[in-house]
Amino acid sequence: MTKNPVQNQPLVKYEKVSKKFDDLEVLKGLDLDINQGERVALIGPSGSGKTTIIRMLMTLEEPTSGIIKVDGTPLWHKEVNGKLAPADENHLRKIRGDIGMVFQQFNLFPHMTILRNVTEAQVHVKGIPKDEAEKRAITMLEKVGLGEKVDAYPLQLSGGQQQRVAIARAVVMQPKIMLFDEVTSALDPELVGEVLEVIKEIAKESDMAMILVTHEMDFARDVADRIVFLHGGLIEEQGSPKEILENPQSSRLQSFLKRFLSTT
Amino acid sequence: MSWDWEFAIKVFPEIFNVIWLVIGITFGAYAVALVFGLILTFARRSSFKPLSWTVYGFIEFIRSTPPLVQLFFVYFALPLIGISLNKYVAGILTLGIHYSTYVSEVYRSGIDSIEKGQWEAARALNFTKSQTWSKVILPQAIPPVIPMLGNYLIVLFKETPLLMAIGVVEFLQKAFLIGADHFKYLEPLTIVGLLFLLLSYPAALLINRLEKWSNQAYGKGSR
Repeated sequence: MTKNPVQNQPLVKYEKVSKKFDDLEVLKGLDLDINQGERVALIGPSGSGKTTIIRMLMTLEEPTSGIIKVDGTPLWHKEVNGKLAPADENHLRKIRGDIGMVFQQFNLFPHMTILRNVTEAQVHVKGIPKDEAEKRAITMLEKVGLGEKVDAYPLQLSGGQQQRVAIARAVVMQPKIMLFDEVTSALDPELVGEVLEVIKEIAKESDMAMILVTHEMDFARDVADRIVFLHGGLIEEQGSPKEILENPQSSRLQSFLKRFLSTT
Repeated sequence: MSWDWEFAIKVFPEIFNVIWLVIGITFGAYAVALVFGLILTFARRSSFKPLSWTVYGFIEFIRSTPPLVQLFFVYFALPLIGISLNKYVAGILTLGIHYSTYVSEVYRSGIDSIEKGQWEAARALNFTKSQTWSKVILPQAIPPVIPMLGNYLIVLFKETPLLMAIGVVEFLQKAFLIGADHFKYLEPLTIVGLLFLLLSYPAALLINRLEKWSNQAYGKGSR
């Protein structure tokens, strides 16, 4: 476990964070802490704001109001003379280096081989020498079971294989926190298992914090330390997987789980 | 008036010799169009609104006025405000800038076809803005539009006779001069048409090849 520089300081802290898309308010003053090394699963009906939570942390969406802190430093703001001003790209880049993300649609670079997909950012963003970066990439690709495919292009792989490459590409950058945005939703059902296995494996081996937006309840139970149930842009209920899945308190969570288990 | 083979064979080399000048002007103007077109594309996308609006106005203005008018303006009017260009530079710049507005539109369509997820992945991996352009966006945006860019090379090539208006002796002007000397226009003008065909047609075939290649690159269609 990496030691926290400040005692009891969460790795990520959302303070009264709201997000509006035009007239639609998807988050309504969210307060949420993620600790170092903690695995948090976000569940909830579509439109409950769970994807927006991690997209704001990845700096893909800017919060409408509120503050997100990473290691105690505001992400979207910069302190200028004791006041908070909007952050510039340099500030965002500095903090973004600690964060990695895997997308629903994989988003591999189709014009690069698998190896280059996993090497490119190591070399050009982290400044790792090319041969070392390739070694690390190959080790990582072997870990996700794609050691044979280094010279293939993304479009030559199945969806499950592409998603495993995308996981390798993000994890090889050694972020402090990994974000998973419904990473199996775009996959054929028979390919879901291999991707979830890889994530579980990585969760076991590393001490990265993870936020996982997911509809896979069994997966959430296996991987997460805590499950957060969102409804209408607010946290409705949170707790250990056991508490949330086996003993839900709120009627909304009860009916969500019931509906969920009956549809799958 | 009938076709005179002897005359045609005699004047052919004279007209053919201009080929290097025409090719030079074509590629010079094309290079200007490719580079300046990319600059226009970026400027058009700038979040600094006055720049993007100015560039929008510039593009619309250039496209809605005839290249011949622009050529006369550059060659005859600019010297009045102290900018004198020789006829070759004036020709290359005018044609190049004129086509840069079309080329810029081609780039734009290529860039717009890149999925939002590619930008987001580049961001998540913490690439800088310029790395995102050079490593992720442009390498995907340009190959599919190479055939369109190639078509503009051919169109531009066919516009080179315009430059005779400012005294550049390209194919057509050469043919006219020869014709005027001998009072015979049929042969030299036919040769000009033939030369355009001989150069344009293989170029079009090459572009077709490129199009097929770009449809198959990176494992497309293999699954």
